[in-house]
Amino acid sequence: MNRTNRIAGAFGKGKAFIAFITGGDPSIEKSEEYILKMLEAGADIIEIGIPFSDPIAEGPTIQNANIRALAAGTTVDKLFSLVESLRKKTEAPLLFMSYLNPVFHYGYERFFSACEGKGVDGIIIPDLPFEEHGELADTAAAHGVTLISMIAPSSEARLGLLIRPATGFIYTVASMGVTGVRSQLDAGLDGLLKKIKSEATIPVAAGFGIGTAEQARQVARYADGVIVGSAIVRLVEQHGANAASQIFEFVSRMKSAISS
Amino acid sequence: MSRGKFGVYGGQYIPETLMSEIIALEEHYKRCMADAGFRAELDALLRDYAGRPSMLYFAEKMTRDLGGAKIYLKREDLNHTGSHKINNVLGQVLLARHMGKTRVIAETGAGQHGVATATAAALLGLECVIFMGREDMERQLLNVYRMQLLGARVVAVETGTMVLKDAVNETMRQWTARMHDTLYVLGSVMGPHPFPSMVRDFQSVIGRETKEQVQAREGRLPDTLVACCGGGSNAMGLFFPFIEDAKVGLVGCEAAGRGLHTKKHAAAIARGVPGVLHGMKSYFCQDEFGQILPVYSISAGLDYPGIGPEHAWLHDSGRAEYVPVTDEDAVSAFEYLARTEGIIAAIESAHAVAHVLKMAPAMPRDKIIVICLSGRGDKDVAAIARYRGRELHE
Repeated sequence: MNRTNRIAGAFGKGKAFIAFITGGDPSIEKSEEYILKMLEAGADIIEIGIPFSDPIAEGPTIQNANIRALAAGTTVDKLFSLVESLRKKTEAPLLFMSYLNPVFHYGYERFFSACEGKGVDGIIIPDLPFEEHGELADTAAAHGVTLISMIAPSSEARLGLLIRPATGFIYTVASMGVTGVRSQLDAGLDGLLKKIKSEATIPVAAGFGIGTAEQARQVARYADGVIVGSAIVRLVEQHGANAASQIFEFVSRMKSAISS
Repeated sequence: MSRGKFGVYGGQYIPETLMSEIIALEEHYKRCMADAGFRAELDALLRDYAGRPSMLYFAEKMTRDLGGAKIYLKREDLNHTGSHKINNVLGQVLLARHMGKTRVIAETGAGQHGVATATAAALLGLECVIFMGREDMERQLLNVYRMQLLGARVVAVETGTMVLKDAVNETMRQWTARMHDTLYVLGSVMGPHPFPSMVRDFQSVIGRETKEQVQAREGRLPDTLVACCGGGSNAMGLFFPFIEDAKVGLVGCEAAGRGLHTKKHAAAIARGVPGVLHGMKSYFCQDEFGQILPVYSISAGLDYPGIGPEHAWLHDSGRAEYVPVTDEDAVSAFEYLARTEGIIAAIESAHAVAHVLKMAPAMPRDKIIVICLSGRGDKDVAAIARYRGRELHE
C-alpha cells in the first residue's frame, strides 16, 4: 500500500486516534506487544518515539521513558527491526517521532531508505521547524516518507507559511510548553484548530497535554485526530512489562470518546 | 529572514512553539543595535557599571621567564562580577527590557553566567530565575547563595545528568511554556540563531578593545590570540574583530579533562563529530548512535558537550585552531600565573595560559601573544586545593 494513502486512509474512517509510545520502553518486545494492543483497541496511527539523551520538547514522563529505553539498549536499528516485525502483522500507519540528532547521525539517506524498506510511513521531528525542513525534506520524499509539520498556539502569524507545504496531516500543538498531561489545554485551541481547518487541505490532528477522554472529546470537535503520548507512557511507567491490559482499556476509552 | 548559518553550522533547530519568539527576538535585536539610543545606554552600562574598557596588561615577568614571545593578558577578570559574562548579560537583559519583557531566565553551570544574569536583572529591575543542575548546585553553593542575594530564584534541575547540558534543556523547556513576558538569556555563543551572533556581538567588545590597545602599545596587530573554549563566548568575542586579519593566529583551548584517551573530557572539536543539539548544528561529543555523552572537566565553565557553531566553522575552514588542554596542565598554569604575575585566574582561563606556557618559548621575542583572561579564580580556589590533595574549610 502507498504510504501517503496509509496515513490518509487512517483519517478516512471518522476521527483518528494517534497513539504514541517510546520505542524500547521497557523493551523492544514489549513495545511490539503494546503497539499491537493499541491497534486492537482502535488506535488508527502509531507514533514510535526514538529515544534521545536530550529531549527538549518533552515533559518528565516522556523524558523518563527516554532514559529507560536508552538504558535498555534501544537503538535506531533495533527500532527498524521492530517496525519490520510489526509490518508483517499490520497495515496501520507507523510513524517515527525523533529528535534530529539520532537521524542526522544515522545519515539521512541511510535512515529514510531504511524507513522505506521496513515500512515507516512518516516522521515527526520536534526540533526541525519549517525553516529547517530543507535539511532532509527531499531525501524523505524521495523514499516516500511523509514529513509531518507542527503548528503551535504561538504560530498564529505563520499559518500561511506552514499550512500550504504541510504533508500527511498537521500536528497542532494543543498547549504551550512541553509534552505531558495537563488539566487545561491552551485557551485558544478551538480557534486555532478552526482557523487551520479552514485553510488546510489535509487532516488536522492535535496533541500535547491531552490525557483524558473528556479532553479528547473536546479536541475532536474541531480536529480530525487526537494524539496522546504521555498518558500512555505513564501506564508503561507504572506497570512496566505488565501494562498491556491497562493500555488496551485506556486506548479503547479514548477511541470511543472521540468516536461518539 | 537570515538563517544564521556559519557554513553548514548554526541554524534554528527548535520546536515550532519557539519560532515566533525567536524571530521576534532577532527583529528586536537588529532594531536595537541600529538604534543609537540603545547603544549609548549599553555603552554607558559597560563603562560605568562593568568597568570597561578592561586592561590589556603586559605580563613582563612571564614573558621574561618563558624567554619567547611577548605575552599580554586581556583582563576580563577585572570586570564587575569577575568575568567576561557581564558583557553579554548587560546586552541581553537591556534588550529584554526594550522588548517589554519583565522576566529573564538562564541556565548556569558553575554559576558565573547565573550570577551575571542575576546581577543585570537586579540592576535593570527584571525578575530572574536561574536553572542549575542539582549536581552543580552542590558543587557551587557559594554561587547559589550569591544569585539568591541578588534576588534571583535558583531552580534545581533534576533531569538527565543534572549538569549544565541538562540545565540548558530545562531552560529551553521553561521558555517554551512561558515566552510572552520572558527572555531566555543564553550564556554563550550557542543555541538557535540569533543567539550565537548576538552573544558574539555583545562579547566582541573584548576583541575591539584588544585591537586598539595592542595597536597603541605596539603599533601593530598581535600575532596570536589564545582563549579557552567551552561554548566559546570569550574566545569568539576576542577572535571576531580579528577574523579579517588573516595573519593573526586564533587558538581556542578545549578542556581535555583527564586526557583525550579517557572518557573524562569535554573536547567537542578534538573528539566530537557534527550533530544537532540545543537549537544548533555544531560539533558535539556523542556516542555511535548520536546520543550526547556526559562530559567532564575540572572547569565547570568548560564542562559542555558542544561548542558554538561559529567556532565549528572557524575550525573547518582552518581560520582558527583548537587545542586540547588537560586538567593537570590547567591547574599547573593556574598556579604558575598566581606565582609569576600575582594573578589568580579562573580555571577556565588557565586552560589558555597552559597552552601559552607551551607555545611562547618556541616563538621569537618580537612576536606578540594575547591571552584572554576571561575570569578571576576566587571561585576555584577550594577545588584547586582539593585537586592538590588539601581540603579547605571556612
